[in-house]
Amino acid sequence: MKKLINQVDDIVSEALQGMLVAHPDLIEINLDPKYIVRKGAPVSGKVALVSGGGSGHEPMHGGFVGHGMLDGACAGEVFTSPTPDQIYECTKRVAGDRGVVHIVKNYTGDVLNFEMAAELAQADGIEVQAVVINDDVAVQDSLYTAGRRGVGATVLAEKIAGARAEEGGSLSEVADDVKRVNEESRSMGMALTSCTVPANGSPTFELADDEMEIGIGIHGEPGRQRMKLEPADRIVDRLLEPVLSDLPFNSGDRVLAFVNGMGGTPQIELYIAMRRVGAALSEAGLRLQRTLIGSYITSLEMAGLSITLLRLDDEMIRLWDAPVLTPGLRWGM
Amino acid sequence: MGDVILDAGGARAWLELLAGTLSEHAEELTGLDAAIGDADHGSNMDRGFKAVRQKALNQDGADPAAVFKQTGMVLISTVGGAGGPLYGTFFLRMAQAATGKEQLTVEDLRDMLKAGLEGVVQRGKASPGEKTMVDALGPAVEALDAAIAAGKGGEEALQEAADAAERGARATIPMVARKGRASYLGERSAGHQDPGATSSALLVRTLAQSVG
Repeated sequence: MKKLINQVDDIVSEALQGMLVAHPDLIEINLDPKYIVRKGAPVSGKVALVSGGGSGHEPMHGGFVGHGMLDGACAGEVFTSPTPDQIYECTKRVAGDRGVVHIVKNYTGDVLNFEMAAELAQADGIEVQAVVINDDVAVQDSLYTAGRRGVGATVLAEKIAGARAEEGGSLSEVADDVKRVNEESRSMGMALTSCTVPANGSPTFELADDEMEIGIGIHGEPGRQRMKLEPADRIVDRLLEPVLSDLPFNSGDRVLAFVNGMGGTPQIELYIAMRRVGAALSEAGLRLQRTLIGSYITSLEMAGLSITLLRLDDEMIRLWDAPVLTPGLRWGM
Repeated sequence: MGDVILDAGGARAWLELLAGTLSEHAEELTGLDAAIGDADHGSNMDRGFKAVRQKALNQDGADPAAVFKQTGMVLISTVGGAGGPLYGTFFLRMAQAATGKEQLTVEDLRDMLKAGLEGVVQRGKASPGEKTMVDALGPAVEALDAAIAAGKGGEEALQEAADAAERGARATIPMVARKGRASYLGERSAGHQDPGATSSALLVRTLAQSVG
């Protein structure tokens, strides 16, 4: 294993300390238990948004703490969900007088830990509404699985619901925005290479030089299919096809396209993918209104990408365009 | 009622043994998890039980319920993943069932394991046959119940429970996972032993080794 780290056990707390050094104007951190909050939290008169999950997906979630997005983010161990006491302490720290929305990605551990934390916070009289994100079309949503995983839509939901909270939206309005973004989004990812969880020391899975994994999760979970590597345009089409047909997106729909790097993908390759996304959407009669491109929800050093499409309406566009100032996403201010 | 087979000191000895055993098996558990999950079960359990050693097992006195409650709280705050809330809930329910008892009989242990299992089922919403901890803990509780009904002594009854848990864990190999991250694999999850069922079997085995 070759990593830019000091000690495996110190990775998460040292990364949090580094975030504070980099962004002292935006965030505050707590190391025991580990969480990141917006500077000056709690913001009075505002619904608070708390998310969290395993570390290793940076900038998600800590990088989205700040004006117009999250109030708190709980950083678990690498690829391991945060613990209930951690989420509970973070929730208490950011709770103003208008309640807290928990944004939870649909992984069994995350859901269980957030559930226990919400019970603890509610016992303290804090109103909590939890919304689970499950936008990954790579896995079947049926009674026989834990359901679809939460991936790219999480970033979009945090931005859009965060804007609603910033302008004074109520607890149920903010929670409804998260639900709506989740309902109107679909995602699918792929990997060119594996990733190595530092505590394990060896790659989570093996891919030959000429192979790729279609439908990969953000923790190196296997996807739908392993196959021979293809040109970028063909790969984009393979990801877009199930995304488009699942919602389904229809001709005339206005969409946001989010082309996301998995951590080890150069930006130049993401632009090559975006080129094909633009052409394919236009062939399908969709109107591309907004884009997000870059590595925002990553899987350590994995090379690959995910594509998320969100069907937009005027209100979502307005909230998307609203000012945001966080370590990972900033515009309009 | 049967003879006393576990007191607070015995409970601590069991958890010490379990902590050491999980540490020895950490790589194996993580390996099983890498095949069908996210490759962290062994390291998570090891981290959790190391913390249990430091924070829950260093106080003398106290009754078994207090030891188990401390253990549950420490696991909830240190393990993470799905294992944290599930094993945390398991020990908290064991503690509730042991409340007020300084000395535990085999019947008490059966009631505690049953309460712990029910907690896991409730929290994880899993049924038997879905390739989870339940597939090891369920058979263990049944076997313990049957052994007690057959008039067997505490040590023997718990050995049978441990055997049943291990058989249960092995029986998860052909199962298709329907809960947790492994369920995303669908049919591809068959052919691998469930890491949660495996750690649960270690839990029951070490309990059987600690009584008497």
